Amino acid sequence: MPHDRDALITGVGLVSCLGEGLDAHWDALNAFSPVLDTTSFPGFPVHPMTALALDRQIPKRGDQRQMEAWQRIGTYAAGAALDSAGVKGDADLLSRMHMIVAAGGGERDYAVDSALLSALPKAENPGAYLNEHLLSDLRPTLFLAQLSNLLAGNISLVHGVVGSSRTFMGEESAGADAVRIACARIAAGQGDLFLVGGSYNAQRPDVLVHFEMGRLLWKQDFAGVWQRQEAGGGLLLGSLGCFLVIESRAHAAARGAAPLARIASVATDRCRRDAGVATAVARRQMAALDGTYDAAGAAVISGASGAAAATVEERAFLDTLGLPVRAGATALGHSLEPAFPASVALAAMALARGTLFPPLEPAETPMTAPLRDVLVTGWGHWRGEALAHLTAE
Amino acid sequence: MQDTDHLGRPIIVVTGVGLITSLGQGTDANWRALTAGKSGIHRITRFPVDGMRTTMAGTVDFIPVAVPSAPAMSERLAELVIEEAVTQAAIGQPGDFPGPLFLALPPVEMEWPQRLALAAESGARDTVTYDDLLRAAGSGDHHAYYERFLFASVGENLASRFGTRGTPIATSTACASGGTAIQLGVEAIRRGETESALVVGTDASVNPESLIRFSLLSALSTRNDSPETASRPFAKDRDGFIMSEGAGALVLESLTHARARGATILGVIEGCGEAADGFHRTRSSPDGKPIIACMRNALDDAGLTPDDVGYINAHGTSTPENDKMEWVGVSAVFGARASSIPISSNKSMIGHTLTAAGAIEAIFTLLTVRHGLLPPTINYDTPDPAVPVDCVPNVARAAVVSHAISNSFGFGGQNVCVVIGAAPGRS
Repeated sequence: MPHDRDALITGVGLVSCLGEGLDAHWDALNAFSPVLDTTSFPGFPVHPMTALALDRQIPKRGDQRQMEAWQRIGTYAAGAALDSAGVKGDADLLSRMHMIVAAGGGERDYAVDSALLSALPKAENPGAYLNEHLLSDLRPTLFLAQLSNLLAGNISLVHGVVGSSRTFMGEESAGADAVRIACARIAAGQGDLFLVGGSYNAQRPDVLVHFEMGRLLWKQDFAGVWQRQEAGGGLLLGSLGCFLVIESRAHAAARGAAPLARIASVATDRCRRDAGVATAVARRQMAALDGTYDAAGAAVISGASGAAAATVEERAFLDTLGLPVRAGATALGHSLEPAFPASVALAAMALARGTLFPPLEPAETPMTAPLRDVLVTGWGHWRGEALAHLTAE
Repeated sequence: MQDTDHLGRPIIVVTGVGLITSLGQGTDANWRALTAGKSGIHRITRFPVDGMRTTMAGTVDFIPVAVPSAPAMSERLAELVIEEAVTQAAIGQPGDFPGPLFLALPPVEMEWPQRLALAAESGARDTVTYDDLLRAAGSGDHHAYYERFLFASVGENLASRFGTRGTPIATSTACASGGTAIQLGVEAIRRGETESALVVGTDASVNPESLIRFSLLSALSTRNDSPETASRPFAKDRDGFIMSEGAGALVLESLTHARARGATILGVIEGCGEAADGFHRTRSSPDGKPIIACMRNALDDAGLTPDDVGYINAHGTSTPENDKMEWVGVSAVFGARASSIPISSNKSMIGHTLTAAGAIEAIFTLLTVRHGLLPPTINYDTPDPAVPVDCVPNVARAAVVSHAISNSFGFGGQNVCVVIGAAPGRS
């Protein structure tokens, strides 16, 4: 039964290697061919960001200069989401719009780092040398491009979203909890209109170093998320920006906004990933959905990252559901913080079209029945298990 | 007193707190030092300060951490204040806290010691590039670095250790983060998702690069000759804030839950307000609108008017900009009372604990209400005619306060105010 406090998705801004916007993503997923950058970081392929006409969403060049790539991607996607929801520039609505951003940290100055790493071991007084050169060589405003909460800050500044601003950190879980808490606040009357999402820049050496330290990167020829598991699994990181406009049904109806889909529920949890425990978490989350959807019109958009242990366990769990599955990271790459919002966006896209896109790799099965329900999983590559249920409107 | 507030929502109370600042460890030690007007600011000894414009900070140097890094030290401080808060609240069982964790955490990234270690391992000689780091990263065992510098690691470790429910929410709204963490906890209890929540703000990120980053924004005091008197909120000769460390934890519960288990109630979180500022990345709107809206939102949420408020725990960073803008906000909200309502800044003594500040100062606000003693603003020798506040200059003052506001304003335009009231039965 429709309820005034249902959480509806009324806008999506999505940019990735597949292009910009849901139509571009729909087309690319219906004729899937991987988009990879194999040359910027030899031996470490990543899914690159599509070329963005930044001026369209970040009109002031000064703003663009003050940001690093992760912020530009996110601020761009946020603007696209506001456009898509028809709230861009509406000062009254934006002054009441609550923002929850899932963010990591920003880029470093790689030239400064490299120069310091080269010189410090030879410096007579390394401490003094470090101080002197950080003081003289770092761009003063770089800090503001690095702080996690400054993606949200830039969205307030560029797009005027000022109802409130919160930033969650913690890789995949941050994105899932951002969606969960927005929906919970709508259900409880703690807000009507939300902007939720995040961004990720995979084309930066420091994040590759980080995941390489964890021995998590896929360095072989392209393979889908499931197929990679036959050769030890691994992440192909992807640059991505995704924001969702989520609002209460009553609020959307009052302003005549057309919903793409309804977020019926979001559950998140964590465990220490001892064998089988993540599966037990997911089973509990599934049990809560019993009787809320018809399997004949249901599919799964999986957030599986490709990381071996989590992906293998999630796959085994998904096999017990008997539903068609699509792993979005096969096409978009794995994007950590915005990965869950992006999976929700793909689900909303498919529900709005009433049909699921074709399999992205042999392990996925076609679906011809009309799509009515999508289950979105979000198992973090390290921690965190999330499950959302979206329904067609 | 009934169990619901003016909007029919559960009343939310504090039943346990824990504190560490540069003044010391433990709530009692901190409160004694704070109300005695002591400063925790000192010359930095943790790392060489040669060539730095600012050579002082409020570091916490008395808590040993085996392999130091900002996340490792922030996690250790958080553990200690949570232990204190949970022990005081006597809630749950050891390792089994009956609610979620909301954590205000500084951003995490690999630091210079690890970067230099990888560079050394790479064997690169004249020029070290990220290609070399990448090569070194894939050889040898660096799993500990990988895990340590995940943003999720601090929250995950705390959630495991204290057995909190669900995913830990690690939040950053810059210098308002502690306030945001409290607000997240309050909202979760109001929604009926939980009867209790563990809130912690922690920050131990004083290292050369972070200090220099703030220096480059001209945000820090350079009164290095006299660290203890460098932080001077509201004084005419204030020249910047002092970067500091610390942590504060609060156990929040519905009043119903706290009563049912016979817990001692320390105070009430009566309301929270927030408002974002789209004016500038580091500066407030000149008209103060977001700060004004933030305080008003908090008072509305609490069902109070400005006349009900007896004390303001200022954001009061000691930067020329913040303290002036805070006055603009306070004078608009409190009108004729603005110059007479006491408004003091803990940062005059503990410096700016950044991510942790909102939580630490909310706890000090709660203690202010509970003990009827206003902590002073020290180093207030030269009043600023443009900021005519009663900042409780230099010496603590006894006062009965029923309702107080704690302000937090952050870079990126993120503002949070928390309204704190006396425990039921005392008003």
